[in-house]
Amino acid sequence: MREAIEGSLAIARAVAMCRPDVVAAYPITPQTHIVENLSRLVAEGQMHTEFVSVESEFSAASVVLGAAATGARAYTATASQGVLLMAEVLFNIAGLRIPLVMTVANRAVSAPLSIWNDHGDSMAVRDSGWIQIHCADNQEAVDTTIQAFRIAQETELPVMVCMDGFVLTHTMEIIDMPSQADVDGWLPPFEFDRRLDPANPKSFGMLVTPEYFAEIRHAHHAAMARALPVIEAADRDWAALTGRATGGLLAVEGDPEADVAIIAMGSTVGTLRAGMAADAGRAGPARLLNLRAFRPFPAEALRAALAGVKHLIVIDRAISPGLGGIVGAEVAAALYDMPDRPRLHNHALGLGGRDIPETIYADLLAAIKDLDAPGFSVFDADLAKLAPEDR
Amino acid sequence: MTDDTRLSALRQKFGRPPAAPDEPATKAATATEAATEAATARTRQPRFEGLVSGHRACQGCGEALAARLVMEASGPDVMVANATGCLEVFTTPWPQSAWRVPWIHSLFENAPAVASGMEAAMKAKGRNTKVLAFGGDGGTYDIGFQALSGMLERYHNILYICYDNEAYMNTGVQRSSSTPHAAATTTSPAGKDRMGKRHLKKDLLSIIAAHHIPYAASASVAFPQDLQRKVRYAMGIEGPTFIVVHSPCPLGWKHASALTIEVARRAVECGLFPLVELERGSLSNIMPIRHLRPVTDYLQLQGRFSHLFDKDDPRAERERDHLQALADYNIAAFGLAGEGGDDAADTGGHAAVGRGGPIAGRV
Repeated sequence: MREAIEGSLAIARAVAMCRPDVVAAYPITPQTHIVENLSRLVAEGQMHTEFVSVESEFSAASVVLGAAATGARAYTATASQGVLLMAEVLFNIAGLRIPLVMTVANRAVSAPLSIWNDHGDSMAVRDSGWIQIHCADNQEAVDTTIQAFRIAQETELPVMVCMDGFVLTHTMEIIDMPSQADVDGWLPPFEFDRRLDPANPKSFGMLVTPEYFAEIRHAHHAAMARALPVIEAADRDWAALTGRATGGLLAVEGDPEADVAIIAMGSTVGTLRAGMAADAGRAGPARLLNLRAFRPFPAEALRAALAGVKHLIVIDRAISPGLGGIVGAEVAAALYDMPDRPRLHNHALGLGGRDIPETIYADLLAAIKDLDAPGFSVFDADLAKLAPEDR
Repeated sequence: MTDDTRLSALRQKFGRPPAAPDEPATKAATATEAATEAATARTRQPRFEGLVSGHRACQGCGEALAARLVMEASGPDVMVANATGCLEVFTTPWPQSAWRVPWIHSLFENAPAVASGMEAAMKAKGRNTKVLAFGGDGGTYDIGFQALSGMLERYHNILYICYDNEAYMNTGVQRSSSTPHAAATTTSPAGKDRMGKRHLKKDLLSIIAAHHIPYAASASVAFPQDLQRKVRYAMGIEGPTFIVVHSPCPLGWKHASALTIEVARRAVECGLFPLVELERGSLSNIMPIRHLRPVTDYLQLQGRFSHLFDKDDPRAERERDHLQALADYNIAAFGLAGEGGDDAADTGGHAAVGRGGPIAGRV
C-alpha cells in the first residue's frame, strides 16, 4: 500500500513484518526513530518479539549475537559512535558467521562531533566481514531490509543495511509498503543449523591456532563471494513478487550510452537522479551507477557496467585521511586490469551532513574538463574557511 | 547421528535423560519405583559431566575444578556463554572441545550480554533451558562489569558464575580490581617503592547485591558441597543469580599445585574470602568459621605475598597487619566467628559433607 511515511517508521514496520524473535538496540541519533517505533509496535501488541533494552551498543550487538546463535531471528540498529562501540562485536559476529540484520543510519564519526550524515561509520567496519548494502531512497531501504533477512540466513553472514541518517531516516516519502502476507510468503522461517541446541551440543567460538586460522579466513572470503549471486537472486525474487527491484548489487541508471559515468552510494544517488532530471541535458548525459553492495564488492558487475566509459566520477561520502577516497581506491583496484579503463575523478562530498544540492550533477560533469585537477578532492570544501597552513 | 539416537546413547551412558526441552514428559513412576530409583541414585552418585577431562588446564587449576563442580550441579539442560579467559582457552583448542553442553565464546567483555541474547531467544521460542554465563575476575569485576550490570537490571533468567582467581591469569598474571591488597602481580610487582597492589580488592558482591537480584553468593572450591548447593539453589530461581567462586591459580598465586584446596580453605578460614549469601540485597546466610586462622596462615603459602615476610622490611609487618584488619572487618561485619549453631544453612563443617541439595525451608 502506498503511503507517505517517515523512513524510520517504514523501516520499523518492515522489520516487524519479518517477525524477528529478538530485537536489541540502544538509542543514538539518527537511528532513534527506528528503535522508538519498534518499541511502540511492541508496546501496542503489533509486534511479538523479545525486545531487549540494552545499556550500550556493545551489548546490543552482543545480545543479537547470542540470540541468533541460539536460533532466533535477530535485528539491531545503530549509527556513528554506536557502530564504533560495536566494532569488536561486529567482527566477532561475522567471524562466527552468525546471520542477523542491522540497520546503520549512517552518520559522521567524532571528532569533531557531528550528528549529521556521512559514511565514516560503516566504512570504519568495512573489513569486519559483514555484507554491506547501501540504499538510495526509503523505498529501497524498506525492500532491502526485508531482502536482508533472507540474504543473511541463506549466506549465514550478517547483513548491514546502510541508509543515510536524516537524509533518509527522517524524511517523509511515498513508500509502497508490502503486506504482511506478502512478506510471510516470501521470507522463510529462520533456521540456523549450527545453533546452540541442548539436544545436539556444539561449541562455538573456539581458540584457533595458526594451523587453521588462514583457512577459516579464506572460507569467510569465499562465502562473501558466494553471497554475490544470493543478493542478486533475492532482489529478482522480490521484484517478481512486488514488481519492484532494488537494484541488487549495482544498478545502472541514466543514459546507458554516455561515455561519462558517476558512481555513488546511498542518498547521493537519489540527489544525482533528481539533478540529472533537472539539468535536462544541459551539462551532458551520464550513466549513473548506484553502488548498492559495498561488501561483497561487485567488481565484475562494475566492469561490465563501465564498458565504453571514458570518464568515471567516483563519489565518496567518507575520507581515509592520508589516502583520500575509499570507494575511489576500491573502484580503481577493480578496474586495474580492465582494458580501456576510464579516467577516474574521485571526490568526497557531503561530509558531516554538508548539503549536496541537485546542481552538483552539472558541477561534477564540468570538473572533468579540468585536466590539472588532483586525483582526489573534498569537492565541496571551502578552503577559504581554513588557516593557510591547513589548506 | 539423529537427536533421538544421540539422546538414548547419552541416557545409556549417564543413566538419566539429558532433558532436551522438546522431549516428551516421561511416565510418572510408582511409589516403589521412585523409592528404588532414589536409593540407586544415592549409591551410584550419578553425575552429569558437562566439562570432561582432557582439557589443557594447569595442574592444580582451581578454575577447572570449580567449573566441573558447577556443571555437575547445573547440567544437563543448560547452555553456556563463556567470556575470554583461561577457562575458554584451555577447554576449546579447535577442533577439540571439553564441553558437553551448548557452549559459546564471543569476547572478553560481553558474556553477560551474549547470555542475555541466548535467554531472550529461549524465551521467544517458549523454552526454558537455563542459560549460564561464565567469566573470570577480569571479565567480571573489570571489563565486562557494565554488561553484567545491564544483565542483572534487565532481570534475565541467567546464572552468572565468576571464577575469581584474583588476576588476569590468561595473559600472564596482571593485576585486576579483584587482586587482593598487597599481592604481587606482573603489573603490581613488589619493589623498593611498592608493596604489591596498592588498592583494595573490589567488593563486587555488594555491588551485585545492590541490584536487588534474587540471589548472590560467594563460594569456594575448598567447599564443594557448599558450592554445589548454592548452584542448585540458584538454578531453581527464575531470574538473575550470581555466584563468585574463589578459585586458586597455582601459577599466579605461586603455590604448589597440590595445595590448591588448602590455600582456598585458608582464605575462607582467615576471613579474607567470606562465604556469604544475599537474597534481594540482604544477607541471608553465612558459612561460620569454627577455627579462625591468622591471615599469615593463608598468605605464607603463596609466593605472591612473599614480600610480606621479608624480615628486613619494616613495611612487611604493616601490610600483614593491614590484611589482618581487612579480615577482621569481614569477620565482624558478617558475624563469621563461631559454631553456627543448628543453622540448616551451615555447610562448612564435616557434617555437611554429602548433604547437598537445597537447604530446608527455602524451596
